[in-house]
Amino acid sequence: MKIEEQPTTVIAVAHLIGRVEQFRKGGFRLVQMNATQVGDEFEINYSFEKDYRFENLRLIIPAETEVPSISGMYWGAFVYENEMHDLFGIAVKGMNIDFNGNFIRTKVRYPFRNPTFQGEGPCQRK
Amino acid sequence: MSKKIVVPFGPQHPVLPEPIHLDLVLEDETVIDVVPSIGYIHRGLETLVAKREFTEYVYVAERTCGICSFIHGMTYCQGVEQIMDLEIPARAHYLRTIWSEYSRLHSHLLWLGLFADAMGFENLFMNSWRLREFVLDVLEETTGGRVIQGSCKVGGVRRDISDEKLAAMAGDLKSFETELSDLSEVFLHDDSLKSRLVGVGTLSRTDAYDLGAAGPVARGSGVAIDLRKTGYAAYRELRFEPATESAGDCYARCAVRIRELFSSIDLIRQAVETMPEGEIEVKVKGMPDGEYFSRSEQPRGELVHYLKGNGTKHLVRSRIRTPTLTNVPSLVKMLQGCELADVPVIVLSIDPCIGCMER
Repeated sequence: MKIEEQPTTVIAVAHLIGRVEQFRKGGFRLVQMNATQVGDEFEINYSFEKDYRFENLRLIIPAETEVPSISGMYWGAFVYENEMHDLFGIAVKGMNIDFNGNFIRTKVRYPFRNPTFQGEGPCQRK
Repeated sequence: MSKKIVVPFGPQHPVLPEPIHLDLVLEDETVIDVVPSIGYIHRGLETLVAKREFTEYVYVAERTCGICSFIHGMTYCQGVEQIMDLEIPARAHYLRTIWSEYSRLHSHLLWLGLFADAMGFENLFMNSWRLREFVLDVLEETTGGRVIQGSCKVGGVRRDISDEKLAAMAGDLKSFETELSDLSEVFLHDDSLKSRLVGVGTLSRTDAYDLGAAGPVARGSGVAIDLRKTGYAAYRELRFEPATESAGDCYARCAVRIRELFSSIDLIRQAVETMPEGEIEVKVKGMPDGEYFSRSEQPRGELVHYLKGNGTKHLVRSRIRTPTLTNVPSLVKMLQGCELADVPVIVLSIDPCIGCMER
């Protein structure tokens, strides 16, 4: 039995701001944003909720595509957008607080983009 | 106008159990802006899905946090089960609920102790942690682990609790509840505590909702969001209402957590009374192919494990969004306009878990 329905709508980058604005005006809160690398592309999910109704918008973009920030509508989005930039190297344009790659400081640049697992030991070689 | 100065707060600070850095922009003693930064303990746990089979990754998920480890493990398992359309036995749902609520008791008591200590009330700190030992003993007796329980697995749970032990647990909650009432009296009614908390670090209801606040931070500002209401585990069968306060200050967030302690006791009692008989796990067949945003209510608020599988034994993505990350924007808002001396108390009032947040 599904705990809840989780509809996901795939949209183009050009429609992102308009669709997010609709959620904003509809009284939805921003739950999270995340990125997933699928081959040479990235999937970016934007999750919203109102009265326990959970909905997602999804962008599927080539790796070097710049996406617009939604922090103008959801101020708190800067944590997710900076995280996406620092871990995946996704360029986000117009963030209200841009840490310029210093929000999550990592030894390896963009560690979640093609992770290499350096330094693995014998117990990991299964 | 006074000259602006920037005071660094953290990552090492007496009130911070874990590292976060804040650049506090001050005018005299008033904080006018805050810039947070993290990344001191980023472990990259999410990438380990590529190295661990989906049934093994639960051990990694549990180690995301040393406080709400059980709920991380449960939320991960729940996500995989949703992708695979696995229907786990009702008894497993109830056992997961009981251990989740004991985790909440342990986490809130830990926080109460740290909160008291941050304000200089060391006796209150010791009393909170003395009570917490009772909860940790139960977790150890029933799962074998005080911190990392390891009792959740994809398809159910690894251990059962005998009916005799369940009855004893319910009985022991009476004296625990009495002692908790005494402790709550001090936290909620002591004048010197109130003077440190009332009207400090206020977050309005609108700001809490707009900034995506979660858990006691949101409920302390009157936003009645509690993911247990979605009915995961056995919560669908149990009666409870989210604890809310309206003032949005440090006192309100403290009051919400105290009310949730009693709510957790009630939920454990209900679960023990209505515990169904039967199996505690089902056999897992096949590989996860699909995606799911598994959501649960951690002690600190809404937890999201996004899981995506492609029909192989390794998931292609695990993304863990913890409540502390989503409470960072709210923290920035709370700190704007406060006095420098109140910063430690306000930071602690969101119950920050940085290890959890950075994964």
